[in-house]
Amino acid sequence: MAVPPAGPWSGLVRDALVAALVAGLLALPFVGLETYDIGGGALGIRTHFDRVAIAIAAVFAGRFLYRLLRQLYRERPPSAAPPLARIAAWGNRRAAAITLVGLGFALALPFLPMSSRYLIDLGTTVLIYVMLGWGLNIVVGLAGLLDLGYVAFYAVGAYTFALLAHNLGFTFWEALPLTGLVAASFGIILGFPVLRLRGDYLAIVTLGFGEIIRIVLLNWSAMTGGPNGISEIPRPTFFSLPFARNAPEGTTSFAQFFGLDFSPDHRVIFLYYVILALALVTNWFTLRIRRLPVGRAWEALREDEIACRALGINPTNVKLSAFAIGAMFGGFAGAFFATRQGFISPESFTFMESATILAIVVLGGMGSQMGVVLAAILLVTAPEFGRAFAEFRMLVFGAAMVAIMVWRPGGLLARREPSLHLEPRPTAAQSR
Amino acid sequence: MSGERVPLLKIEHLTMRFDGLVAVDDLSFTAYRREITAIIGPNGAGKTTVFNCLTGFYKPSAGRLAMLAGDETLLLERMEGFRIASDAGMARTFQNVRLFAGMTVLENLIVAQHNALMAASLFSIAGLLGLPRYRAAERAAIERARHWLDRLGLIARADWVAGALPYGDQRRLEIARALCTGPRLLCLDEPAAGLNPRESAELNTLLLGIRDDEGIGILLIEHDMSVVMGISDQIVVLDHGRKIADGTAAEIRADPKVIKAYLGEEEEAPLPAETEAHIGFSRTGNTC
Amino acid sequence: MAYFLQQLINGLTLGSIYGLIAIGYTMVYGIIGMINFAHGEIYMIGAFVSVTAFVLLGLIGVSPVPLALAIVLLTAMLFTALYGWAVERIAYRPLRGSSRLAPLISAIGMSIFLQNYAQITQGARLKPMPPLVEGGFTVFESGGFAVRLSVLQLLIMVLTLVLMAGFTTVIARSRLGRAQRACEQDIVMASLLGIDVDRVISATFVMGAALAAVAGVMVTLYYGVVDFFIGFLAGVKAFTAAVLGGIGSLPGAMLGGLLIGLIEAFWSGYFSVEYKDLSVFAILILVLVFRPSGLLGRPEVEKV
Repeated sequence: MAVPPAGPWSGLVRDALVAALVAGLLALPFVGLETYDIGGGALGIRTHFDRVAIAIAAVFAGRFLYRLLRQLYRERPPSAAPPLARIAAWGNRRAAAITLVGLGFALALPFLPMSSRYLIDLGTTVLIYVMLGWGLNIVVGLAGLLDLGYVAFYAVGAYTFALLAHNLGFTFWEALPLTGLVAASFGIILGFPVLRLRGDYLAIVTLGFGEIIRIVLLNWSAMTGGPNGISEIPRPTFFSLPFARNAPEGTTSFAQFFGLDFSPDHRVIFLYYVILALALVTNWFTLRIRRLPVGRAWEALREDEIACRALGINPTNVKLSAFAIGAMFGGFAGAFFATRQGFISPESFTFMESATILAIVVLGGMGSQMGVVLAAILLVTAPEFGRAFAEFRMLVFGAAMVAIMVWRPGGLLARREPSLHLEPRPTAAQSR
Repeated sequence: MSGERVPLLKIEHLTMRFDGLVAVDDLSFTAYRREITAIIGPNGAGKTTVFNCLTGFYKPSAGRLAMLAGDETLLLERMEGFRIASDAGMARTFQNVRLFAGMTVLENLIVAQHNALMAASLFSIAGLLGLPRYRAAERAAIERARHWLDRLGLIARADWVAGALPYGDQRRLEIARALCTGPRLLCLDEPAAGLNPRESAELNTLLLGIRDDEGIGILLIEHDMSVVMGISDQIVVLDHGRKIADGTAAEIRADPKVIKAYLGEEEEAPLPAETEAHIGFSRTGNTC
Repeated sequence: MAYFLQQLINGLTLGSIYGLIAIGYTMVYGIIGMINFAHGEIYMIGAFVSVTAFVLLGLIGVSPVPLALAIVLLTAMLFTALYGWAVERIAYRPLRGSSRLAPLISAIGMSIFLQNYAQITQGARLKPMPPLVEGGFTVFESGGFAVRLSVLQLLIMVLTLVLMAGFTTVIARSRLGRAQRACEQDIVMASLLGIDVDRVISATFVMGAALAAVAGVMVTLYYGVVDFFIGFLAGVKAFTAAVLGGIGSLPGAMLGGLLIGLIEAFWSGYFSVEYKDLSVFAILILVLVFRPSGLLGRPEVEKV
């Protein structure tokens, strides 16, 4: 590799200097000058010019290296794939093995030696996001409908279960199918008027819908408890065996039935397996429906709605089905969330939550099931690596969303598996 | 043309206005089964607008569009866009090819059979459960797709991503996809655009073959006169939204009004009424 | 009657602020057809810069209020404009010509980033601002209820009016404005005719951000508190204003802003404060569903 001639070098330096200067100016009022409360409703200022200097240096070095690498890269044969794509390609080649290992790990997690109640709890949270990501993936990844209010269906599921339990005495398992049904109905109610809208308008309307649901939950105190939410939501039972130290009169607890010593871990492990099962059902359903007419119509709609209409496909029905099914899984996840926490309030269903789920789907690669798992693990476990990670988590996720769109709009693990092949395969013809 | 002509599509007094601008003015003609009807005319004559009215993308300002399906008469102007394709049996292609670019060639053709497959899958329930009834339907759909892939010379590329095909193949795939819907009337919007002379000659053979074997009607808009004159049973000439002639190729060639519209007046034509983009910027950005 | 008048004044003040932000949405949409989801965050940046600038000026000892205000306005507009420019350069420019959803997702990412950026660098707690512009007039009095118009409210309305007038002149008269209108009509054609489209788009973001910065300064003074989360709701409301007025239309943005401000003021004045944000979201959905071209916009024709 030849050293670039002098001209490009000075060009690179100048470019990096400009970038560094802009970064310095951007950083100055935020990183450099921090206002803080000095009491009595007044503010003082702390300066961090050292941090500004670091930012400037980092941007200079980063920009310089980036441009340099790109220039060197351009001299290489064009056939060489960019590094990100190569990692993704490796992941895709080994997809089956990775899936098996991952699934085995997920199944065994509660019984691994290093496992703890805390770890299982974390796993449960990861799985909730995996399930939400998979549910949203149907809407965004397959049908190409950007839904910024997905959390609304999660909320509907959670509140439906909480209200059914409180007012009508439903148990978790009795209520579960209903929560999905109610959430799906909300999906249809929302979807019906808005699905004629163009993609970006649809996104904004779904955002509005999500916020409306939250505002109603927050203010309809008689029904939803308002900002205080609903507490004492019943926990799930194991085939009607409760997880309790002392089973209520006339019933047997899980521990008694199996002759075990009571341990609060039983319920934690049970909850973990419940959400694992729910998530796997979501995944199975998605993989299966992709190979059915509805699933193909979703993808076709994402590719070209006008062509769909010209082929006699009713776009409204196709979109509604995607919305309703996506919402249904959101509702299931919501019901699980409610029974796991035992307490829900509108706090848990803000736009930020929708954005987080969307980030998971986008980062993983829209339409990619494994990508969702990867992104959910990253997002949920990041805070566990230290306070800094917790603090910078959403910052990094926001930046990553931009970076992914700029560099790899299909997502990290983007690759589409055709839903069917012509058998016997035509010779020498390979799909891309 | 053997025997009696069977009318398939009757267009009566079709008029389309955009904010006072008359794109199509009182157009009437009939397309027949087992016939190829071509609509020709200078740029901006309103050809694509006619297509868009027929296929439900525009609501006509006035007129009657009747599809004669057996004993039934279906009025297209009263139907929702997608029903014109599913119920009236009208299939179309687009001037700027509109494929499902990220899906494979085969998938494109399977999507075209959506309604039949959807019914067979009992709205996905039978499909989810993997019942034999659905699996048989899917096999039949693949067979139909295979038939058209074979016929259009795309079989070797069945598992290619549609967007990666060369331009000529994309155009043919779009025709195959329209045929997979099992149409009564196939509407082709400039099928020869961007094809080289050899491909264009193949297209002629193909269209004649479809007409004779499938017994369906074909309606096409075309600029390439070698295609139009070579295969059309009937030619309708539009100019400024009005029909100026209607007849066989020989009749049209001899018609002084047609010659005048095409060659006679040297003055600038008024602004195109359609949203046609004849140069560049095709959606796939892929020209040969 | 007096109560009505008071709500009218409050509504017009709020509406002016929404209108200023809405211009940023409507201009960007007009030219590149994307919803700049991060625009609300740009306004939040403006508010934060103004807080910092006010505190700095206080420490240096710049006491005349008009002078301090002028300096803060200029500083906030400058820095915020730079943020607007950088956001476009980093997150949107590389995506030009891609699908419609990619820039929107990128913008959501940017919005998340900026929110957390402000939270991390400036802290999550509310920033209080002591009232700077005080005083007011009693416009009208009836039945023991005095209708007040504060100096600040007057300032907000006058400043908005002046900025709007100046801005309309720029768009109508200047070379840049002509280039912007050309890009709005047909961006490909404009570039073929030798207009530097990248520069025009950058200028659009800079102008929108500067106006949002003014709104940020005004809100800081009006409410006396700022936090990192104010961008979201203000952004949605301003976007609603832009849609209501007819997205792509400048007078529409202002009209929409005023209407949203009035609706909010009257809703909280006569119905319930709790549901005031609901009214805005409901309007957003209703307008998009039933009249997507808004009050003053042109309908979009689907191209086949």
